[in-house]
Amino acid sequence: MSNGARLDHDGTPLDQPHPRWHVRVRGLDKSFGANHVLDHVDLDIERGKVNVVIGASGAGKSVLIKHFMVLLRPDRGSVWVDGTDVFALASKPLSSFRRKFGLVFQFSALFDSLTVEENCAFPLKEHTKKSRAEIKDIVNDRLGALGLEGTQRKYPGELSGGMRKRVGLARALVLEPEILIFDEPTTGLDPLATRNVDEMILAAVERYKVTSVVISHDMASVFRIADRIAMIHQHRILAAGTVEEIQASREPYLFEFIRTSGVAAAYGKEAAP
Amino acid sequence: MNMAESAGRAVLIGVRDAFTPIVRFIDLIGDHVILFARAMSWLPRRPLRPGNYLEACEYIGFGSLTIVLLVGAFTGMVMSLQSVYAFRQFQLESFAGGTTGKALAVELAPVLTALMISGRAGAGIATELGTMRISEQIDALESMAVNPVQYLVLPRLIAGMLMAPILTLLFFVIGMIGAYFVAVVGEGVDHGQFILHTRDILRPMDIIQGEIKSVVFGLLVILIGCYQGFNAHGGGRGVGLGTTRAVVFGSVVVLMSDYFLSNILLQLIPPEAT
Repeated sequence: MSNGARLDHDGTPLDQPHPRWHVRVRGLDKSFGANHVLDHVDLDIERGKVNVVIGASGAGKSVLIKHFMVLLRPDRGSVWVDGTDVFALASKPLSSFRRKFGLVFQFSALFDSLTVEENCAFPLKEHTKKSRAEIKDIVNDRLGALGLEGTQRKYPGELSGGMRKRVGLARALVLEPEILIFDEPTTGLDPLATRNVDEMILAAVERYKVTSVVISHDMASVFRIADRIAMIHQHRILAAGTVEEIQASREPYLFEFIRTSGVAAAYGKEAAP
Repeated sequence: MNMAESAGRAVLIGVRDAFTPIVRFIDLIGDHVILFARAMSWLPRRPLRPGNYLEACEYIGFGSLTIVLLVGAFTGMVMSLQSVYAFRQFQLESFAGGTTGKALAVELAPVLTALMISGRAGAGIATELGTMRISEQIDALESMAVNPVQYLVLPRLIAGMLMAPILTLLFFVIGMIGAYFVAVVGEGVDHGQFILHTRDILRPMDIIQGEIKSVVFGLLVILIGCYQGFNAHGGGRGVGLGTTRAVVFGSVVVLMSDYFLSNILLQLIPPEAT
């Protein structure tokens, strides 16, 4: 190891890709004026798995995730993606770095003046030199894989909430990202649409072999899709681990969070710790 | 001692509060300058996206054309009518063309065109970008490694600076046509005299002065529209407020900057030199 390399808690170098952790967040602090949102947050995102970040509304989940792609910059701390200190990237490398990510927004954030096809083709037109025919093929492939055949000419306003989420995912997938981020993908959806979105996330992870990060507070959905769960509470990571570890946790706030979500019974958590 | 301290602190707070609006105003100007500088720094950088510039030119220029022509024609007509009646007292009604032309070229065409652009394109841009901001479409651009200032703001600013002088020129031309019809056809002013006095009073530099002003006005109203949209927050109400502010600030800034610009241009190009 070279002298001066940044070492993690376990002695592994932060500036080299880790075999297990795709993203490593270390000591992240973020405030907006007097509003302290993140306080020395440490988090690991496992490669090729569905990593879910849970927490109450306003706990700072979205703020945390936005640091991964440098949509926000912290007051202190670092985020390492495959050995790259993301906040040290200059403007041009940052632009290519962001292409590693696909972000599916809470309300899809589709460009409402563009059709479904144009929305999905947008990242390809911006970042590749592919011909129109190639772009069309890729877009049709992604839309087909997500059950959106025939929607190419429609505008986002003509689609249901669930369909818009799928178009958002199709758009995020066209550049073949390594990491997919879903910001509250099931918020505002009915139970059947929620299940569809969950299945869509699992299918995308399976088919495209991506690492995914899901922000959610819908615990039924979380337990259906998660490989790992991390909970943010009072600006910090309260608990993080596999689904089994989280279910076995006796942390009072986490227990209460899961119990009141109504899915606790299914996991044998009726009794208080 | 304590009382003196409290009184001192109260005075300090009072003074600070009294200056807060001034500080905010300076802050706001600074934010606009920064947005402009950020946008311009992207001008030479790839991708150039000519389609975005054409689209913005079409929206600001062609979209505002009808209203600018309509307002231009009627402004020229009413100016001409008033001038003919005013000058008739001295049998000088043939001066109506020259005075109308001068007023249109130097002041009315650039200012009224800018107000039309502010009301139509400035408001439209504030609403469009504001909606994109609150529906996370601007964040989506950034997440797709597309700089939103380069993609959304820069083409609109350039289009504003290009289209405003063209619209101003059209405003002037249609205004003069309107003035001619009212004076010569409607009020019986002699055609030759009308043209002669127009040539005497109206100089090419007047038109150039108006064009220079219109470039600045076009930039200002579109910059304000972009800023209000780009910084919108607070849902639909926030977008509405941003749109209102874009029109109000845009109009006020045009009228205020007109005075200072006129002063500078009169120093640089004195009337006797033209």
